[in-house]
Amino acid sequence: MHVAHLSLADFRSYARVEVPLDPGVTAFVGPNGQGKTNLVEAIGYLATLGSHRVASDAPLVRLGAERAVVRASVVGQGGRTTLVELEITPGKANRARLNRSDNVRPRDVLGVLRTVLFAPEDLTLVKGDPGERRRFLDELLTARAPRLAGVRSDYERVLKQRNALLKTAATARRHGGGKAADLATLEVWDGHLARTGAELTAFRIQLVAALQPLVAEAYRQLAPDAGETVLEYRHSFEGELPSSREQAEQQLLDALQAARPQEVARGLTLVGPHRDELLLRLGPLPAKGYASHGESWSYALALRLASYELLRSEGGEPVLILDDVFAELDARRRDRLAELVAGGEQVLVTAAVAEDVPKALTGARYAVSDGAVTRLTP
Amino acid sequence: MYEGVVQDLIDELGRLPGVGPKSAQRIAFHILQADPVDVRRLAFALQQVKEKVRFCSVCGNVAESEQCRVCLDPRRDLAVICVVEESKDVVAIERTREFRGRYHVLGGAISPIEGVGPDDLRIRELMTRLADGTVTELILATDPNLEGEATATYLARLCKPMGLKVTRLASGLPVGGDLEYADEVTLGRAFEGRRLLDV
Repeated sequence: MHVAHLSLADFRSYARVEVPLDPGVTAFVGPNGQGKTNLVEAIGYLATLGSHRVASDAPLVRLGAERAVVRASVVGQGGRTTLVELEITPGKANRARLNRSDNVRPRDVLGVLRTVLFAPEDLTLVKGDPGERRRFLDELLTARAPRLAGVRSDYERVLKQRNALLKTAATARRHGGGKAADLATLEVWDGHLARTGAELTAFRIQLVAALQPLVAEAYRQLAPDAGETVLEYRHSFEGELPSSREQAEQQLLDALQAARPQEVARGLTLVGPHRDELLLRLGPLPAKGYASHGESWSYALALRLASYELLRSEGGEPVLILDDVFAELDARRRDRLAELVAGGEQVLVTAAVAEDVPKALTGARYAVSDGAVTRLTP
Repeated sequence: MYEGVVQDLIDELGRLPGVGPKSAQRIAFHILQADPVDVRRLAFALQQVKEKVRFCSVCGNVAESEQCRVCLDPRRDLAVICVVEESKDVVAIERTREFRGRYHVLGGAISPIEGVGPDDLRIRELMTRLADGTVTELILATDPNLEGEATATYLARLCKPMGLKVTRLASGLPVGGDLEYADEVTLGRAFEGRRLLDV
């Protein structure tokens, strides 16, 4: 698939901008702070309903404006064009439109446009907290099967409710006594947490298994003489990985039972997929803390390339976005990466200077300066 | 900002559920321009609703006397109780004319985030109603969202030892709709709850 046209209104630094796009490589070049990343961020937002740079929506809306509008026409498989539109109002639910029809939930937009985005922030996939890697898995899950966005939000809702319950119980206990009734409903929440949590866990484990060979292959291509990558999904509790959703549910119920005294004392849910970890190993050692800067970069790129391969193999080639990454890489990784993505149906690149865009990536060039996007070549 | 009383009215209206600042302003100006008789009738209705309406001592539904209309109706089946979250759910179910039993209004659903536990709902009153054995079936009609499901599960566990028939309203496809427009969760539920077609 590819984006044929992007329009922004009151998004970040743009009051209004219209950008026609072609398949193949397109590079946005311009000095820092001129709005290159804002363009690709908007495309990423349509695909994931979130920004790769900020957690809240407020910074996405232009200063002084009430809401931002992102609209794109997406050409999918078989040449069918879909017009996707999102209205982003901070503090409120987004409003979505598909082909000018109002009657859609934002969640329905997921899957129309699929992207794989490379950004300097990706280094935190390897060096950062487990939360970064969980988010990586969950976003990829949603890109593969948009339905799972519902599973994720259900799980988060159950978790919030259960944590609120544990917190009041813990506070009551500290102040002497504590209502027994508070905990009477805990088992009910355990049941809900185990059911939604098991679904999420099972899908993640399945995803990690599918990614494993693809990551290894991508890493070999980026760093031919380096070690072997191994992905390992780890529970937040002792015990082997489940082979079915039913088994995962029973494991979670048992783990919740075992952790109960601790959970009540701390007022927090301590087991579940929100505390699981995706361990990235390089040879026998964990990448975090052991891999060099260059190795960490190769690993992060391999995770993204593997995501791309996975989505592509399951139909609907995603749009590749490379946001300011080439400046971060040494010459060898830069060229390898360029070769690997050059054949993509649509590749959008941002760079501060034209020399940062590798030779292998020839295509359209846009100059981005002071909120204006001007086409330079062909 | 408007002059004193007008702004007061806008502020008060803006506090109502579903009314934003723009709508509040529109309603306020509608009232300003309306016939004084109409406005007096609205004010009277507002006052009356607070003074006259009470909650049924049996089921918790809104009532104008000690008990609500459903509980006072001798034709209703005493053996079945339908548990709902709010009085407005009673109205919704009454419109179907399918249900001939009586109701029990909980006054909400279990939601720790909002500080609502079982003790804050009319669950103890429900247990009292169930104690004498007249009731043989309990229909759980709480909302089909997470909090409603949790409340239903909690009640089902609580009532299990009493030997009652406990049922939950079915979730599934809307009547007269198209299958292709159903979301995955609803469609999944409809599959779980499929039934034998007796021909």
